[in-house]
Amino acid sequence: MRALALFLAALLALPLAAQDSLPPAPYAYQQLEDPAQEAKAMALMHTLRCLKCQSQSIADSDAPMAGDMRHQVRTRIAAGEDPEAIRQWLVDRYGDYVSYEPRMTASAWPLFAIPLLLLLVAGAILWKRIGRRPEGGSGEVYDEADV
Amino acid sequence: MRWTLWVPLLLFAFFVGLAGYQLSQPKDEFIHSTMIGKPLPEFELKPASSALPGVSTADFRDGKPKLLNIWASWCLPCIAEAPHLEALREAGVEIVGVAIRDKQQDVDRFLETHGNPYSRIGADDISAIQLEIGSSGVPETFVIDGQGIIRHQHIGDVRAENVPELIEKLREAGQ
Repeated sequence: MRALALFLAALLALPLAAQDSLPPAPYAYQQLEDPAQEAKAMALMHTLRCLKCQSQSIADSDAPMAGDMRHQVRTRIAAGEDPEAIRQWLVDRYGDYVSYEPRMTASAWPLFAIPLLLLLVAGAILWKRIGRRPEGGSGEVYDEADV
Repeated sequence: MRWTLWVPLLLFAFFVGLAGYQLSQPKDEFIHSTMIGKPLPEFELKPASSALPGVSTADFRDGKPKLLNIWASWCLPCIAEAPHLEALREAGVEIVGVAIRDKQQDVDRFLETHGNPYSRIGADDISAIQLEIGSSGVPETFVIDGQGIIRHQHIGDVRAENVPELIEKLREAGQ
């Protein structure tokens, strides 16, 4: 019983202590006034990785740092910056890791090339196996004498 | 039997081998800053504590390499690294702090309880400077050379074994 109480107390204590008590940044939860700008910001935020939670986008995360990143995105969009320029600003600081948008890079090109290659191989095999059959006379077609 | 029959099995074995190899590799969950070798951004932060001045970029351009410690009073590993930052200060290292999303009374209480190795502490209430230098958590410690160029990033709390390492990086940055 005591152990359980201690365990529950430990569960409560850590998250409380490891969280700041400041209010979120102004544009962490507040939308931009202009709906077109907000839509642009939202589209970008869905493709940026939350650095604290790592498998969520900053649009999905309630981590304070994700809120601070949303504030950066919204204020920069409001200042007229291009969404791709903002993405690049983050990539310049954290590398490609921060962006969910796939890009052709030195290490990523096989991901794009291999499916194409497999399609070509599959196409070649299919063409070899059945593509030429209607012309007749290939060794794999039995005639009645064989049966 | 035709040799091509073995190709699917070989491919399968290759992928099993690849997965096995990747599983046996230690995972690096750190997000490394790509700002190493680049200058600090222009910024000016108000004081985070009642005793020490705030921080601006100009403070890093006095010719002397320094540590820039990104921390917070609400961060538990920051308590663990406090004695090692103190050891660095005693070795003559200047440590400039940036407190992330922190309140003045909390910073004061932290310094009272765990010691104060800092020469100045700036308040970054919306993680703006943290994002500018590619830091993704607290605590992180950056080596900044005398011209304000970022030279090295230490992710996580500074431990006893990191103290000589950081002194060495500072020496390199001073050359």
